[in-house]
Amino acid sequence: MELLFFYYFALIIAGSSLLVVAFRNPIYSALALLIMFFHVAGLYVTLHAEFLAAVQVIVYAGAILVLYLFVVMLLNLKQDDRYHRQWPMAAVVGATLAVEAVMLTWLKGRTPPPMPPSQGSAVEGLGNTEALGDVLYSTYLFPFEVASLILLVAMIGAIVLAKKDIGGAPQES
Amino acid sequence: MIPLSYYLTLSAVVFLTGIVGVLIRRNIIIILLSVELMLNATNINFVAFSQYFHNVAGQVFVFFALTVAAAEVAVGLAIVIALHRAKATINVDEFQLLKW
Repeated sequence: MELLFFYYFALIIAGSSLLVVAFRNPIYSALALLIMFFHVAGLYVTLHAEFLAAVQVIVYAGAILVLYLFVVMLLNLKQDDRYHRQWPMAAVVGATLAVEAVMLTWLKGRTPPPMPPSQGSAVEGLGNTEALGDVLYSTYLFPFEVASLILLVAMIGAIVLAKKDIGGAPQES
Repeated sequence: MIPLSYYLTLSAVVFLTGIVGVLIRRNIIIILLSVELMLNATNINFVAFSQYFHNVAGQVFVFFALTVAAAEVAVGLAIVIALHRAKATINVDEFQLLKW
């Protein structure tokens, strides 16, 4: 049963990520990415990461993808793009990495069964969100603050970049 | 219990798709979407290892990757809008000012 769910999610994730690259219309690509995000969230649920599944749906599907669709519709694109001239090089790189992945799976693919939970980690027994918050606000407090700083910088940067007349614009008008 | 290697294989497939998408497409927006694919592939890896080692730190790192993805999208799309305003196209072949 577990394996059935995994195969379903894996099939849809791999298929829709191929469609993201293959569609000519950017809106179709974005919608295929939406399907992929939802199935990744489902995969997180099967991995007992319920909080991340919710965050995946809210942040990725709710915020990031809406931003993409907003920009695609704002720019009003003609769909005239073909594939890039350098596609033979892309094929070489992709084939090399694919062969490497297959070889690694072939040689080292059998992992030992998961290790028993250690005593030190305060994960078991707590809910997923509770455990995550516990670790995030104690061990990873400083990276958490840095992440908020990154978001602030990104916000200011996006405003500065997308504003129409900034720098050199007359101030007196 | 699903073996860890299944998740790693799935993640490798998605990551490869993202790399090929970045290399062969000429539309900047599709390139950014392919970068999102690659970030999601790493996130799948993080969560699978977090479950495997019974350590919640992997999920914390997914949280940070999510933050970086959001920042990347905001700045990247602002750059796309600025480029579109400058050259009225989002085809990457047109942006060759630094090429000699």
